[in-house]
Order: sequence, then structure tokens, then C-alpha cells
Amino acid sequence: MEGNNRKVIDLEKVVIKFAGDSGDGMQLTGTQFTDTSAILGNDLATFPDFPAEIRAPQGTVAGVSGFQIHIGRIDINTPGDIADVLVAMNPAALKANKNWIKKGGTIIVNIDSFTKKDLEKAGYENSPLEDNSFEGFNIIQAPITKLTRETLRNSGIEGKSIGRSKNMFALGIVYWMFNRPMTQTETFLKKKFSKRPEIVEANIKVMHAGYNFADTIEALTSSYTVLPASLRKGTYRNVMGNQALAWGFLAAAEKARKELFLGSYPITPASDILHELAKYKNLGVKTFQAEDEIAGICSAIGASFAGNLGITTTSGPGLSLKGEAIGLAVMTELPLVVVDVQRGGPSTGLPTKTEQSDLLQALFGRNGESPVVILASSTPANCFDWSYMASKITLEHNTPVILLSDGYLGNGAEPWKIKSTKDMPDILPNIAKEGKEYQPYLRDKKTLARKLAIPGTKGLEHRLGGLEKEHITGNVSYDPENHEKMCSIREEKIKRIAEIIPNQEVFGGKSADLLVIGWGGTYGSLYSAVDNLISEGESIALIHFNYIKPLPKNTASLLKKYNTIVVCELNSGQFANYLRMNFEGKVFKQYNKLQGLPFTTLELESHFRTLLKK
Amino acid sequence: MEHLTNKDFTSDQEVKWCPGCGDYAILRSIQKALPNLERKREDFVFISGIGCSSRFPYYMEAYGFHSIHGRAPAFATGIKLANPNLSVWQITGDGDALAIGGNHFIHALRRNIDINILLFNNEIYGLTKGQFSPTSKKGIQTKSNPHGTTDEPFSPSDLAIGAQASFFARVVDTNPKLMQQIFIEGEGHRGTSLIEILQNCVIFNDKTFSNITAKDVKKDHQLILEHGKPMIFGSEMNKGIQLNGFKLEIVTIGENGINEDHILVHNSKEQDPTLHAMLARMRPPLFPIALGIIRNVNRPTFDSEIVSQLKYEKKNSAFNNVDDLLQSGNTWEV
Repeated sequence: MEGNNRKVIDLEKVVIKFAGDSGDGMQLTGTQFTDTSAILGNDLATFPDFPAEIRAPQGTVAGVSGFQIHIGRIDINTPGDIADVLVAMNPAALKANKNWIKKGGTIIVNIDSFTKKDLEKAGYENSPLEDNSFEGFNIIQAPITKLTRETLRNSGIEGKSIGRSKNMFALGIVYWMFNRPMTQTETFLKKKFSKRPEIVEANIKVMHAGYNFADTIEALTSSYTVLPASLRKGTYRNVMGNQALAWGFLAAAEKARKELFLGSYPITPASDILHELAKYKNLGVKTFQAEDEIAGICSAIGASFAGNLGITTTSGPGLSLKGEAIGLAVMTELPLVVVDVQRGGPSTGLPTKTEQSDLLQALFGRNGESPVVILASSTPANCFDWSYMASKITLEHNTPVILLSDGYLGNGAEPWKIKSTKDMPDILPNIAKEGKEYQPYLRDKKTLARKLAIPGTKGLEHRLGGLEKEHITGNVSYDPENHEKMCSIREEKIKRIAEIIPNQEVFGGKSADLLVIGWGGTYGSLYSAVDNLISEGESIALIHFNYIKPLPKNTASLLKKYNTIVVCELNSGQFANYLRMNFEGKVFKQYNKLQGLPFTTLELESHFRTLLKK
Repeated sequence: MEHLTNKDFTSDQEVKWCPGCGDYAILRSIQKALPNLERKREDFVFISGIGCSSRFPYYMEAYGFHSIHGRAPAFATGIKLANPNLSVWQITGDGDALAIGGNHFIHALRRNIDINILLFNNEIYGLTKGQFSPTSKKGIQTKSNPHGTTDEPFSPSDLAIGAQASFFARVVDTNPKLMQQIFIEGEGHRGTSLIEILQNCVIFNDKTFSNITAKDVKKDHQLILEHGKPMIFGSEMNKGIQLNGFKLEIVTIGENGINEDHILVHNSKEQDPTLHAMLARMRPPLFPIALGIIRNVNRPTFDSEIVSQLKYEKKNSAFNNVDDLLQSGNTWEV
């Protein structure tokens, strides 16, 4: 790196947050810093934090859009609790993040947007930079607007475009601070604006100006570096949870030799799965943006009936609407994957915030005895594995599967060691062949799965429907004993899936003083907290579930080894109650949070320490 | 291909509609119509929602799916997109299609997906035992509105034309020949074919169509439209429809200088739906009711456009397997 003689400090990990108005390009700035760090070999995790409104009033706290990135030369499992460095493009961004910056951390502000009017919009009477609100912080007051304008003064670029490139100035400053090369972003800009070379040049110029500004000013006394992490060898890429989840379906469909059909209705934070899959008509993917949530799932069930891998994607309120159709898929025993990217509820709730409060809805939110398989992904990257596994189970067992993700996973990103389809387990759809006698509800003795007969197959014409089915023939039956038998078969069929899933693993001691239990999207925070306490010598372990229904076979025997168990979830205790129902007599303490926010590692560690002292 | 008969489409399930129900005639007409289509039996799929009519798939020896209330168009859409080679028939009623399923109904028509919708309109809820439906005549007294309904009924044809239907036909359950003919033509039409069947519910709404179907009035109260033919009807076959300004009127051939040349000639292929809507709205006693194919126009179907996009993308894409996708874009080696 060029630059002066200031010292370069080696960091183990660092959390940086870019925050500005929702039109300030903070998501792009964050993504650029992410991609550059990934290529340098850091492990990382990111999380965007944007308002539900597309363009809330400019300059207000409601309109602040943020992007947090956690990079390290060590294993990184969360986007970080609080930021070491905050870039605040206006007073509202500073206000929105004032509690999420480490004491003594660095704050880079665009001082040009701290005028009286800007302060008023953010609800400040006086500038927080001029009272003692941020005493002890390292505040860099950068005239970003002015210097950006100055840089592009004779470029012929119009005022609006000049304003839009401010974010590149901020990125330049942060690149300097963390000793990152700007080449990756330069390549990106050249590609993105290939038809407008003047815009490419302007953005690159502004980024360099930011870099040089940081190099020149006295306020930054040192720069930092975060060395590459020791990741396993291989080819990597960054993936977001929703993207990985979409790709898992693509891989599963190809492996199963099925066409993929997605019936969906746009809903935050699940829409990105629809957007992603809609790109791949070249892979034979059919995406159907239906007229509503119900049509989304019903079209997917129809497609499954006709021989495709039918899936539907939604978030909490959408899952409520899909309940009746899920019941139909249970009754007709057709393949179907329902993805619920959970958000804060009830009702419209907190569309852009995360929560794990749809678990009981997934388990029980239908009329009648209506068992389905429930899986939960737990990191942005492993969303790939879980949509793949959901597809495998649904196609081989002909039973609907609900896959629970959440907003935190869906929008979060991390590096992913690219998998090859040849290393993925086979998927063998359970389908009746032409020429043999067909009984729609005749079952495999071991798995209890029935076989599908696909329309167009000669001689296998049959009728399905939501009325109770007679065992074996599948004819409509109102027989009392048959109904009881079919209810228990449907439940038993799900239970038997436990025979083919792997045993639950434990992280930490097999009989530690404290067992932490989690499921789904809280894995990163729980793992980090438990890992930190283990390295401090505490007797603590973590069991984190991905198979929710059925639970892995060894769960009961694992739980027996622990006396103190705490179940941590972003709801008021849904999984804890599910465990109580399944493991009567066992005592489960709870640690819950319902703020639309993920757990912080710090809060978890502090709570676990308290429990360990008792 | 082996020739099939109506028996080949008859399932082994006992038919459980009320004796005298109009549904029997519709079932028989379908079973007689299908062999004329010269398609393999395994390519027919019958899909229904909930209601008396929705039991229909159980009685057909074909692939069938008795789904949930109102949602059959969505299932049919998924089935057709999954395998565009199938002949997909949706069986629905006035409650299923126009009340709980109104949304899916209009969107299927708007998209023009290549399915056939048989709308059994008996202007009443049968399976739930006699409440008024969205097509019940205003003022009828039912269990759920003992003082007479205050709901304005839907006109299925207006709803369909408003949703840009490309094919709309109307038949009565008392005319099996016309039913068979229209079912065959509906299947031949590429796009959503909506066939409204005025069907008598003997239990809860008996004779609601008697001023259309009764022997003594039917010739004067039914106008069977044929493309390219003048709109002539009546027991003497001397009544015709004329356009007077913006209104339709009935004229008598041989009176006031009217001859056949003055009578409107039906053009079901006219893109502008104005006249189709006016014809479909005619009701006795002022006018005869229009039966037959009222509207039959060509426009691209949803499924064929998706199929051509799929073909184009498969042919012109830089990659065609998942491994290539996973390796595409920004990657780095460790």
C-alpha cells in the first residue's frame, strides 16, 4: 500500500457499519467492501438493515438504511453485535446507530450534511458533534459532499449524479483505513456502468479522492489490516441466504431430474427467492407470480401433482393464508416445499425485521391433525443445504415440508465454499411406473410413503382430493376407523423420517454444566457466545437444531446428560414448549427476545455466565 | 390411436348427486364429448374446488383432483404450466368460482391460460344447503337471508369479459347436444374457455331457469348463436335481433319491411367485446337469452408464452446446469 509512515495495526476482527439515507447507496457501498474483503481471504458475515418504506422522507431516522459487515482472520459467525467503525452520511444515520457503536470507536461523518436543517430532520436540536454526546469517540469530520463536488467540478457530470457518488468517497476512506485495494470495486464499476464510461470514471475518481483524503488528514493516525482467515481450501463466493436457498432448489431439481416450479406472491423478506429463481428459465425453472398467497401454493401443489418439484415461498402472514392448502397437500400426500422466511409478527408486524415466531404456526397452524416435516436453516450459506434437503425429503416421501428461514438469514451474507452437484446426495422421486397396477394409497412398508402417478401416464388415472381417503384405494371414505387409521399413518410417516436423518450433534462437552439449545437463524450468535465461554474455560455446550419435525432420534438421550438447559429463541418460548411436549419432565429454562433483532453475542454471554454461577 | 367411448370415461364410483340434478346431464355430455377429441385418456385432468359440482372429477375415469374451495384455477394453472401437453378442465360452481374463488377466476381469464372452465351456475349454494349465491336473483328468500336478498347478483359474462376472456359460451343443462358441441369447441380454443352452464338445482332452487328451459317458452326465450349466422329465433323462427343505436332490439321478419338482411349476424371472433357483452346480458322476458359461443377470439396464451420463453432461454443462455451457475460471477480461491 502506498501512503505515509503511519503504523498499520493488525486486527483479529472488525465490525464496520455503513449508514445513510435510503437513497445514499449504502447497500452498494457495503457490498463492495464485502466483496473486496472476501477476495482478500477474510471470513465474514454481513447484514443489511433497511427501512420497510422504499424512500422514507429524506434525512429522517425512519429513512436510514444500513449495512453491517464483520470481517476477520478468525472464524466469523455473525455480522457482529456493535460496530467498531461507523460511517454516518447524515445526522439521522448517526442517531439511528448511536447505541450500536463501540465505546471509543471511530465515527466517520459527512460533516456537510450536519446543517441546521439536516439536524432538525433527524430530531436534533443541537449538533451531537458539538455537545458531549460522543465524547471519547474518534470522530472524523469529512466534508464528503463538498470534496465530491470539487473532485467532479470539471467532469461535465450533472449535479444529481455527483450527489449519488458521495458513497464512493466514503468507501475510499474506509478502504484506506483497512488497507484494502480498490481494484475490485473499479472492475465492478466498469462492468456495471459499461455503457456510461463517464460515470465509471467519475465514481473511480471520487473513490480515489476519498482514499487520498484519508491518507492526508491528521485525524487518522493509523490504518488497520485484517489478515486472511484460515478457511478450508476451495473455490469460494459470497452468498446471501435467500440466494443460497433458491440455488439449493435448483440443485435438487437437477439432481432429481425434475422441473422446478415456484408459485409465489411477493412478500418481504422472501421475495428475493422469487427474484432469484425467476432468472433461471435456462435451467427449466418456471416461476409463477400468482394473484395471491393462496394461488401461489395451490399452483405449486398442482405442479407437483403434474410431476414437477412444486415449491412456494412466503413470510409469516403468507403462511397463515397458505394453511388450508398445506392441509390439502397433507391429505393428498403430494410433494411440496413451503419456505417461510420469518419476520416480526403478528399481523403485518415488522416486515423487515427478524423473528422466529412462526414455529408453532408451522407445526400446528392448520385444521385437523395435519403433520408436516419442518426443517430450519441456520446460516445464510446453509440455506442451500436445507432447501436441498427439504426437496429430497418431499420428493422421496411424498409429504409436504415447511422450511423455516428468517429475515436475518435471508438478507445476511457470508462466504460459501462452492459445492459440486456430484457430491450432493441422490434424490430418487417416489413415482409409480406405467404397466403396473396402481393403488394411490398403497404404501412403502418401511417409510409409509405412497407412490405418485403423474398425469399423462397411461393406465394410472386416479382421483385425489381433500376428502378423507380410504387406506390403499384412495377412494373417498367416511368410515370412522379408516379416518383414525389414516390420521395415525400420516403422523407415523413423518416420525419415520427420523430413521433417515443424521444424529443431532453437540458442540462442547457431552455433559457440561449448562446446555444451550437453539434452532434456525440464531446459530451464529449462540455458537459465538458458547465458543467464547468454552475458550474461557466454562463448562457449556450447544445443541442447535435444524431438524424440527421430526427431531433427530438421539435427542432424548442427548438431553438426559444435562441438568441445566436453556432454550434461546427470538420468540416467547415456542421451541421450548415444543420440547416440553416431547420430553415430559425435563426442565427447560428460556432466554427470549422479541425486538425484531438478532441476539447479540454479548447479551448471550452475560446471560450464560449468570446461569453458570447459579 | 384407439377410439374411446363414453364408457372409458366413466369411473367406478357411485354418483351421489340428488336424483333429478342437472349435473347428471352435464356429466353424461362430457363423457360423450371427450372421445370426439381423439386424445389419450391419460392426458385429461379434471380439477375442481368445493361444492356439489366439484364432486365431478370422482366420476370421471381420468386424472382428477378435488381441491379446496375456490382455488381450482390456481391448481389448474400449476398443472398446465407443469405439463402444457395435458387437457385441463376445471369444474366449478357459482359459489366456488364467483364468491370464494372470484380472485382466481378473473386472473385465470386475464392470463388466458389454456384450460376449460365449466361453470355450473344454479344460482344457489347446494352443498351447504340452500344459501343464496353471488348469482342468485336479487330478493330471493333463503336460509341466510329469510327476508329476501339485498345482494345484486354478478353477471358471469360481464365479469368474464371485464377480465378479458377470450372464450365465453353459455349452455343449458337441458340441451345435451349443444353441451357436447360447445365442450368440444371449448377444448379446441387455445386459451381459457369459459362455459357457463345454467344448471337446475332440484332441491334448493328448482325451476329457477324455467322461463328459459320450459318446453312452452324455450323457443321464444333462447337464441342459439352461431358464428356467421343471423340471430334468428322464436317458435316461428321469425324473430331477430337488430342493433338500434347503442341498443339491441327484437324485430319480426316480414313486419315493417324487415327481412333477414336486417338481422345482426353473429361474429364471435370480433376482438371488441362490446356487442358480445350486450348479447350475453339479454334476458327474458324482454329478450331471449343468448346460448352457444358468444365470444371466441384469439390472443396469446399464458402457457405457450412461458414455454417459448423457456425454449429461448435454454437455447441462448451461457450455461445450462447448476454447477456452472454456482461457479459463475465473483469467486475466489483459498
